[in-house]
Amino acid sequence: MSVAVTDSTQISEKPARRQQVGLVFCCTILGAAAQILMKTGANHMANGGVLGMATNLPLMGGYCLYGISTLLLVLALKDGELSLLYPVIALTYVWVTVLSFLIFHDDVNPWKLLGIVLIVSGVAVLGKGGRR
Amino acid sequence: MLLVMFGAFIGSFGAVFLKSGAAHLRKGWQYLVISQEAPYFNWRLASGVVLFLVSSYFFVLGIRPPGELSVLYPMVSLGYIFTLLWSRIFFKEPLTRVKFFGLFLIVAGVFFVGLGSK
Repeated sequence: MSVAVTDSTQISEKPARRQQVGLVFCCTILGAAAQILMKTGANHMANGGVLGMATNLPLMGGYCLYGISTLLLVLALKDGELSLLYPVIALTYVWVTVLSFLIFHDDVNPWKLLGIVLIVSGVAVLGKGGRR
Repeated sequence: MLLVMFGAFIGSFGAVFLKSGAAHLRKGWQYLVISQEAPYFNWRLASGVVLFLVSSYFFVLGIRPPGELSVLYPMVSLGYIFTLLWSRIFFKEPLTRVKFFGLFLIVAGVFFVGLGSK
């Protein structure tokens, strides 16, 4: 009953990494939806009490989506590298910015666009060549 | 701001536990706390989820009005840097230039999204 974990990260190939990044990609879409729900919930929250949070439907819906997205993240992490996959979660910001524009009518300006472009290129860099 | 930063710090440890729990999934049933049929319940994964919950509690406290969802992002992106560090320390993952470059682009991107949200 060995405790040692086989270092699968050394032998996994490019298609596997694509798949892992793809899983995290789905995870960010769910995470963004979760954050929008949590923001909606937070707007309706009078105080920071735990009971107030537990009865807040949008907030709890957000937590559920977070749970599902966490399961996807675990599946991806099972064979993937944390240092490679975790930053991909930043894609959440891209979706949240877009959704905030659509739902909360937050404005979109050049800074946000630049940020989105940088995040997307960063994720592309990680997805293509995260390994030596 | 500080609440969110603290949340990000806790969340980065959540990621560490998730990774560690996920890595143990492949080793089979001996690491499972509850049952063979629910392979997600090993204590590492459970700790990771709890840490994520705690960190999101701080996020929610941080984004309550007058806090704004998008202004607080740069604080959260610190979590990615913490996580890179923990990946190196706990899992001995290679830190390549490509990873630093990708992370740099992402953190800069998150910074600009935050800047554009003021």
